[in-house]
Amino acid sequence: MARGIKDKVAILGMGCARFGERWDRDADQLMVEAYEEAIADAGIDSSQIDAAWLGVAFDAVNVGPSGIPLSVALRLPNVGVTKVENYCASGTESFRGAVYAVASGAADIALALGVEKLKDTGYGGLPVRTRGTTFDMVGVTGSAPGNFAQLASAYRATHGVGRDDLKRAMAHVSVKSHANGAKNPKAHLRKAVDMDTVLNAPMIAEPLGLFDCCGVSDGAACAIVTTPEIARALGKTDLVTVKALQISTSNGWELQQGGGWNGSYFHTTRIAAAKAYEEAGITNPREQIGLTEVHDCFSITELVTMEDLFLSKEGEGWRDVLDGMFDADGKVPCQIDGGLKCFGHPIGASGLRMIYENYLQLLGRAGERQRRTPPSLALSHNLGGMPSQNVSAVAIVGLADA
Amino acid sequence: MAVEAARDTLTGVDRATVSGVMLASTTLPFADRQNSGVVKEALVLADETGAMDVAGSQRAATSMLIQALKGAGERPQLCLAAEMRKARPASEGEMVHGDAAAGLLVGTGDPVALFRGSHSTTIDFVDHYRSAGMDFDYGWESRWIRDEGFTGLIGGALMAGLKTLGIEANAIDRFIVPIATRGVPEGLAKKAGIRPEAVADTLSATVGDSGAAHPLLMLVAALEAAKPGETILLVGFGQGVDLILLETTEALTKLAPRRGVKGNIARGRKDENYLRWLFHRGLLDLERGMRAEMDQKQPGTTLWRNRKAVLGLVGGRCTRTGTVQFPKSDIGVNPNDHAAHTQEDYPLADKRARVVTYTADALTYSPAPPTYYGMIDFEGGGRMMAEFADVVPEDVEVGRAMEMVFRIKGADEQRNFTKYFWKAAPVG
Repeated sequence: MARGIKDKVAILGMGCARFGERWDRDADQLMVEAYEEAIADAGIDSSQIDAAWLGVAFDAVNVGPSGIPLSVALRLPNVGVTKVENYCASGTESFRGAVYAVASGAADIALALGVEKLKDTGYGGLPVRTRGTTFDMVGVTGSAPGNFAQLASAYRATHGVGRDDLKRAMAHVSVKSHANGAKNPKAHLRKAVDMDTVLNAPMIAEPLGLFDCCGVSDGAACAIVTTPEIARALGKTDLVTVKALQISTSNGWELQQGGGWNGSYFHTTRIAAAKAYEEAGITNPREQIGLTEVHDCFSITELVTMEDLFLSKEGEGWRDVLDGMFDADGKVPCQIDGGLKCFGHPIGASGLRMIYENYLQLLGRAGERQRRTPPSLALSHNLGGMPSQNVSAVAIVGLADA
Repeated sequence: MAVEAARDTLTGVDRATVSGVMLASTTLPFADRQNSGVVKEALVLADETGAMDVAGSQRAATSMLIQALKGAGERPQLCLAAEMRKARPASEGEMVHGDAAAGLLVGTGDPVALFRGSHSTTIDFVDHYRSAGMDFDYGWESRWIRDEGFTGLIGGALMAGLKTLGIEANAIDRFIVPIATRGVPEGLAKKAGIRPEAVADTLSATVGDSGAAHPLLMLVAALEAAKPGETILLVGFGQGVDLILLETTEALTKLAPRRGVKGNIARGRKDENYLRWLFHRGLLDLERGMRAEMDQKQPGTTLWRNRKAVLGLVGGRCTRTGTVQFPKSDIGVNPNDHAAHTQEDYPLADKRARVVTYTADALTYSPAPPTYYGMIDFEGGGRMMAEFADVVPEDVEVGRAMEMVFRIKGADEQRNFTKYFWKAAPVG
C-alpha cells in the first residue's frame, strides 16, 4: 500500500452554512456563507489560495457545470478550480482534491467547497435524474429510500434479525440523531422525536418510514487546508491534521456477480475503512476512534455502516445501537451534530459538513453539543450511490499529536 | 402479451427452428415499427427470421393463420394474436371486452392438429369501425349485426364452407365462434346442424371478448381440452368470414405442459377498483406528481446497440471462468479473473431467479405504486436489480422464487415511444 498522507496536511479553517430550506439563498450565496466563516477561521486572504475544488452532485438543478461557479462566487484569483461529482460522496471528493494538492506540494493552500441547492426542484426528496443512456434501459430508477431500504431485507435474512427488532434499532438511530440535531443551531431539523413517532410514521419505502430518511436540504460547507508547517507559520497552535483519506468505488461486483454480495452491507466501506485505519495507524478502531460522523442518509445505512467501519461486530450493530453505544453520551458517538438525518443533506456539502463537525469537536469548539471529553481522532464516512453500487469515502482527522 | 403468449407457445420447442413470427392485432402499439420484430427480439430468435404484422380486422388472426397453414414448411412459423382495445367508460365495449394474446406454432412434421382446409368470404359489412389514429370504435345497431352479420354472413359462409370442406356438420366436435353475443354460437350451430355440445365456451365470463386475438385464444383453449382425433371448426368474423377446419392428433397427448389459457386465467388476480382500471387504460387523467416528469427519451442508437440485452435479456457468460453476468461487458465481473473479451451471449429470460434484496418504494414514480423491486440471483449464475411485477405484499421476501416477464418499462410521453424490458414476477 502507498505510504499515505498521514499528518501531511492540516486544516487551516472551516466553515458551514446553516442547512435547511433556504428559500432566500441561491447556491452562490450559500457558498459565500460557508466560505466567509472558513476564511475568517483560516485567517488568510483569498489571494493566498492556490487551487480549489468544488463538490456538487446535482449540478443540473443548481450551479450548472464546471468549477466556474465557485471561482465567480468567491472571486478566486484565477486559480485552477475543478468541479467534482461522485454522487453523495462529492463533498469528501472535493476535500480529497484539495488535500492531495497540498500533500503533493502542488499547492501551499487549497480550498474545498461543497454546495447543493436542492429545494428548487418543486418536490421533496432528491431530484429524479438519468443514470446514463444504457442504465436507463435496463436499470431500476428507484428512489434513494427504495435503494437503501433493501439493506434491511437482506440484513434481516442474513443475520436472522426479526422485523420488529430491526425496525426498533433503526428508530433508535433516528431518535438519537434528532436529540443531537436539536442542539445544533445550523441544523435543518431541530426537533426531538420519540420512538413511537418514528415507528408509526408513514412508509416511504418498506421498511423505511418518514423518520428513517434524512432531510433534503440546501447548504454549503468549506475547508481550507495547508501543510502543518505553513499552518504553524500562520500562527495556528492547535492543529487538526488529516490522518487518513480513502475512497473505494464499486466495480460492479455487488450488482453483477450472482451469489456474491448478500445485500446486507457496504463492500466498499469495509475496504475504505480498512485502508484508512492502516493509513492512520489505527489498530483497534472501537477503542481509538473517539467520534464518528457517518453517511446516515437512512437509519439502516447508519446501522450497517457501524459494522462496516468495524466499530460493531457483523450482525450485532443493531444491538449496539439499541444499547446506546453511538448516542451522544455513548462509547463512540455517531452524528453528534444531528447527522444527515437532522443537520441535513445538501449532497455536495455533506462530506465537508462531517469533517467540519469533527474539526469543531476536536478543537472543543462545538458549543452545547460538545462531547464531554474532546476526541483526539474522529472519523467521517461519506457514501455516494446505493448499496449495490457506490462510492465510499472515509476521512479520519485528529489532533496533530494524536 | 404477445411475447408471453409466444414464450408459452414455444414451451419445449427449439427456438432455432422457428422461421417466422406473425402477429395479428388491431391495437398494435406501433403503427410503423414492426411489432412482430419486437417479439422476435424478445424471444431472441435468429436474425434470419421472417416477421409480419397483420391488422385491420377482427379476423386478422384467422386470415393470418390460413396463410400460415397453407404455406406451412418444415421450419415452423409462430402465429400470434394480441389485442388490448380501449372502450369508453359506460360503453358496451367496456363491459364485454377483455385483453388477451394467444399463439400457435404452424408447420409440418408431427403437429397436434392437422389442417383440413379453409373457406373465406370478404364482404364490407361495417358492423363497427375505428378510423386510423382513433381510440374508440363506432358501432351500429346490435340487432342488425346479429341478423345480417352473424346469422346471415357467418351462417351463409358456414353452409357453403361445410360443403366445400367436405365435412358433415354433425362430425364437428368443437365449434369455435368468437362472438360473445349471447346465443349466437348456439344459433349458428343449430342452423348448420352442428351438435349443441360442440359449441365452445366463448370465455365471456373469464376473459371477455379479446377482439382480433379471440379466435386464437378460443382455439388454444379448445386444444387444451381436446382429445386426439377431434374435428375443430374455427370461425373468424370481420368484413367477411374465415372458416378453418382442423383435426387433432395423437401428438396432442405428448405436448409439453404449459401455462396455457387455463393456467393464465388461474394466475389472475381480482381487482375491483374501477378507477384504477380507468387510469391504467388512459381514461382518467390523474395527478402523477413532478417525479413523473422525468424525460424518458430513448436514444435509438443505444437501443440498437443493446437490443439483445434490453429486449431479449441476454447477458454474458465468460468462456474462461463460466461467470454469468448482466449486462455483458468487455471486461468480466469475476473478481478472481477479470477476463477481457471472453463473453458469449447468455440468455437469462427463461432462467428462474431468487430474491436477494427487495423493497416496496412509495416515493419513486410508478403508475402502480408502490414499486416493488430488488436484487435477484438467477439459477446458474448472474444477477440484476429488477422491478417486480404481479407481486402481492404478503408474498415477497428474500429467497422468493421469481421468473422473468416481458413488460412495459416506461413511456416517453413527449415522443410517444413505449419502452420494454423485463421484470421479475413470483413463480406460481
